Amino acid sequence: MGAYPISISEIVMTLFRGVAGQREQIPSEFWLVVFGLRLPRIALGILVGAALSTAGAGFQALLRNPLADPYVLGVSSGAALGAIVSLVIAPHVPGLIQLAAFAGAAATITAVYFLGRRGGQLDSPTLLLAGIVSASFLSAIIMFLMTTLSGRDLRGMAFWLMGDLSSPAAIDLRWLYFILLVVLGSIYTTSSDLNLILTGEQEARHLGVNVKRVKLVVYIGASVLTGLAVSVSGAIGYVGLLVPHVMRMLFGTDYRLLIPASALGGAIAIVIADTLARTVVAPTELPVGAMTALAGAPVFIYLMRRKVR
Amino acid sequence: MSATAGGGMSTGAQAHTRPFQTDPRPRLKVEQVSYAYSATDRSAPKFILGPVTFEAQQRELIAILGPNASGKSTLLKLLGGVIKPLSGRVEVDGAEVGGLDLRTRAQKIALVQQESELLFPLRVWEYVLQGRYPYGRRLRFESDEDCLMAGNALAQVGADALRDRWMEQLSGGEKQRVILARALSQQPALLLLDEPTQHLDIGGKVELLRRLRKLADENRYTVVVVTHELNLAAEFSDRIVLLQKGKPLRIGTPAQVYQRDLLEEVFEAPLEVELRVTGRPRVILRGSH
Repeated sequence: MGAYPISISEIVMTLFRGVAGQREQIPSEFWLVVFGLRLPRIALGILVGAALSTAGAGFQALLRNPLADPYVLGVSSGAALGAIVSLVIAPHVPGLIQLAAFAGAAATITAVYFLGRRGGQLDSPTLLLAGIVSASFLSAIIMFLMTTLSGRDLRGMAFWLMGDLSSPAAIDLRWLYFILLVVLGSIYTTSSDLNLILTGEQEARHLGVNVKRVKLVVYIGASVLTGLAVSVSGAIGYVGLLVPHVMRMLFGTDYRLLIPASALGGAIAIVIADTLARTVVAPTELPVGAMTALAGAPVFIYLMRRKVR
Repeated sequence: MSATAGGGMSTGAQAHTRPFQTDPRPRLKVEQVSYAYSATDRSAPKFILGPVTFEAQQRELIAILGPNASGKSTLLKLLGGVIKPLSGRVEVDGAEVGGLDLRTRAQKIALVQQESELLFPLRVWEYVLQGRYPYGRRLRFESDEDCLMAGNALAQVGADALRDRWMEQLSGGEKQRVILARALSQQPALLLLDEPTQHLDIGGKVELLRRLRKLADENRYTVVVVTHELNLAAEFSDRIVLLQKGKPLRIGTPAQVYQRDLLEEVFEAPLEVELRVTGRPRVILRGSH
């Protein structure tokens, strides 16, 4: 299985012994492949998938637009710009690219927040327009900067723009998971409010929802999740758009169910896509972002057509 | 402008149908309420509403009438506490509406406006249960009481059979009933409706007004309706608030408010008013050709 020839039974044996604490009985290369490379990568995939899908579900409610995805407000473009700036200024500093990407994402969501306000609170159409315009503006700067990159950096950058799980996170995964859980939890507390906001903002307000506060929580939460995912894995497409829709088709539109379902579904989708990306043309790797789009679009169209009939 | 005279009349007429002791305090008290719109914070106001003063008891149905842009919906929003008055106060059961927190307000006042389009499909039952939101704790799934109240609300509007239908598949009249059911499941004291008859055919309009009348009489709601339907308002309401360009021209019983000269001037149309034997007026369009 995979680029390094290791059979399924050997993987199972390694996992079993590893869990049982019998590390000395495992061949060292197996230990490295399973615990050093593949498990962290799967853990990263779960993190990214859960973050992106939850962010997508959140943005779809916040913007009252089923076409919204985690990148619609320009978070990924901001992150990409941060990454590319760090590549231009100080290439080859370990961890800097992720940090710069996160800083770029944070700067973007802050700017879009102030552009997307009207009458003292976030206004969905204004926010959407502000986000789309910012995203295309940032993309233009990225295009401009990419012409200045050398061939090797350019290739790395392109891979990164498509989304890729192969570079291990510079930050301890446990920290990333901690942030993920905290943010997921805070978005989840707004889920019954989101149900009402989806039927109409005015009505939600009349029913006692503090729309302003809910929007702020979801905006910040979904943006942090997106920034988190993008800065460790690049802009993996489609997952954040498709998974919430697939979950809606399967489980209905109640956000109290939809948010956990999306988090789980996103995690599963990314892990499967990444596994395929690594194995289909092994030992070469496809970018996982290409795989999510290749596999995601047909799955989505199938579900959508089935629902229509 | 005193407005209690009309309320007194309808109370007298229906006193025998009321087994309960009526709360002596007015359910809704509107005191010198005014409001102003301006294009920006600094520019002079483009539109001024009020000052409006009236009271409403439980079991009363009040209709707010007036031409377009006369401030009807604005007045309704002021009553519902959605916007804060520039001066004056609105009280429901003795509590100032502006001072209530959002959930408490939603337990007292249900405001039905023109509905936004649904983004994702929703079942009637889920929609009606949303009216229970102000009673729920964060994240809590519906309790037995919530289901009971939502069921009662559906029954009150005669929409039991619609329970498992999709909202998008309902006819205009069915949808309006379901929207009303969601408002009722809030168990409000005050029910405010902004042009609820707008998309209904004549049968649907009559049915809706009759239902609101019944809800006020039998379930002791105080109902305030913004409408363009002069004759339906005359037929079913206890009192009328007639607005023109933000000014409350007259507040009183339909017979007091429906004066030919007044209506013709306000609505800029050739109208005839006749008083029927029931004591309620009827407005007819005068032939002008």
